[in-house]
Amino acid sequence: MGRYLLRRLLIAIPSLLGISVILFTVLALAPGDPFGELATNPAVPPEVREALRVKFGLDDPIAIRYFRWIAAMVHGDWGFSFASRIDVDTLILQRLPATLFVIGSAQLLALLIAIPVGVLAARKPYSIFDQISSTLAFVGFSLPTFFTGLLFILVFSVQLDWLPFVYRDVYETGWRWYWENFRQAIMPICVLGLFQAASMTRYVRSAVLDVIRLDYVTTARAKGLGERVVIVKHVVRNALIPVVTLVALQMPAIFGGAIVTEQIFRIPGIGSLLISAILANDTPVIMAVTFVFACLVVLFNLIADVLYGWLDPRITLG
Amino acid sequence: MDGSTLVSPSAEVIAPQRPARPFSPWLEAWRRFRRHRLALASTVVLLLMILAIALGPFVWKVAINDIDFAARMQTPSWSHPLGTDDLGQDLLARMLYGGRISLAVGLSAMFVAMTLGTVIGATAGMSRGWVGPALIWLTDLFLSLPALPLLQLVIYLFRDSLKAAFGLEGGVFVMIVVVIGGLRWMPVARLVRAQFLSLREKEFVEAARALGASKLRQVVRHILPNALGPVLVAATIDVAAAIIAESTLSFLGLGFPPDIPTWGRILYDAKDYLDIAPHWALFPGAAIFLTVLTINFIGDGLRDALDPRKVM
Repeated sequence: MGRYLLRRLLIAIPSLLGISVILFTVLALAPGDPFGELATNPAVPPEVREALRVKFGLDDPIAIRYFRWIAAMVHGDWGFSFASRIDVDTLILQRLPATLFVIGSAQLLALLIAIPVGVLAARKPYSIFDQISSTLAFVGFSLPTFFTGLLFILVFSVQLDWLPFVYRDVYETGWRWYWENFRQAIMPICVLGLFQAASMTRYVRSAVLDVIRLDYVTTARAKGLGERVVIVKHVVRNALIPVVTLVALQMPAIFGGAIVTEQIFRIPGIGSLLISAILANDTPVIMAVTFVFACLVVLFNLIADVLYGWLDPRITLG
Repeated sequence: MDGSTLVSPSAEVIAPQRPARPFSPWLEAWRRFRRHRLALASTVVLLLMILAIALGPFVWKVAINDIDFAARMQTPSWSHPLGTDDLGQDLLARMLYGGRISLAVGLSAMFVAMTLGTVIGATAGMSRGWVGPALIWLTDLFLSLPALPLLQLVIYLFRDSLKAAFGLEGGVFVMIVVVIGGLRWMPVARLVRAQFLSLREKEFVEAARALGASKLRQVVRHILPNALGPVLVAATIDVAAAIIAESTLSFLGLGFPPDIPTWGRILYDAKDYLDIAPHWALFPGAAIFLTVLTINFIGDGLRDALDPRKVM
């Protein structure tokens, strides 16, 4: 197990390097200039601008800049945000918890919906319940998150006035603080969670269908086990193995959805940080945030593979 | 198949009882597709929407940028069937125009993704040397790229230079299509490669190889047609995904410029007026939803229709 993990980590490194090369080249080839703002500012003389460019090495060849960046990255120096005047790693660490909280809760909500519904649908395929749930699943993943977000705001904030429609700073203390934070997170979590639940329900259904007709399930029934025990202990445990992988492989899509929801609900997470950085041409922040996204995706792929081997004894790691 | 195998050379072929009905794989697929009622209904709805988008501007001759401050943010009425926006521009005209762009982006991006994916997947599936693993590594690398951030980045950074090269609409269009297609070919490549790996060892391909068919002929005449079913399904669903990708970009303010009203762009403009003019956001959102939903259902119907192993 330990050796397998080590090997997988070593395989992940060239992928991350490849991703960073692609991202860096795109950014370096782009016509945008982080000092564009300084260029139009008459208070900054051209000599100072030139000195700054030389200091940050912006006129060196791409390859040299790449190696300088990667070396700094390894040393933990993620650069300095030109727009926010703060170190990039501090900025990202400030924003990351909000994003991870929303994504994590949304995933949890999706699993809580998808597993029961998928299992029930697969127990009686083509029944009324199955047809309704599969139609709803189609509707669910055809509704883009930006539209559901607006619909939720329209219904729950504008019409019913139950929930606040954008994030704001919470000044209450004690339990009120948790409650207010939770209240403003409800809508983004539901938007993301329902979208994920829709596609996950279909995965769970087909995974359960693959298992439920196997002989060992018939044996379990023939032994006289109750239906509940057969489903929970025999069927679901095995059916969920491929689902684990799919959940991890869905992560890039979830990050995409998170960027959209963060923008709609003005969540101070790394998705909205990325958009504001792009609009401000803040190269170090753009580079760092996209790279963090890529790292998270590679990390979750790794977790999926390791979990898969751990859950399924038929797969030997070596 | 079983019925046509002769017991002995002299055995007489028994004529089928029914008059032989014209048979082709496409006809059979259509017969199976019709059984999926939701897919059939979706086809009708989608065709109606395409017809409306294609012919609508000839019937509804209001200009998309006719500013009328007297009629700002009006709810639907006879003179403006879908209402107006904050500049008093007619939403029906803008939606019809935007629909053309959204659908065109979806189809073109799908073609880019399919072409790239099929070529890369086929090359990886046919090669027996180091090319295959290298291409698969590249595919996996692209799969772990964060697609949406990268899309935003590329479009934002290169928008101005492309605008200069292809003109305002053309530049953004080309770029959005290429970038969306360029970040969506990976699943197709893996699908095609998997199909090729199993098909290239089948007897009929071996027979073609034994007869001296070149590699290109093996691929184009024998392997590719047999791998087409899943690719076609993926292509259908990809149109929906590309439409969502374009709308998402426009919704984030990073897609088409404000004077080109795609559905996502109209939503972006409408989102700050949800409390006073909800219709402004609801119509484009519903249009995106309906298009994507119908395309997904059609994809599901095609999956049933084109899978020869599935008994229907």
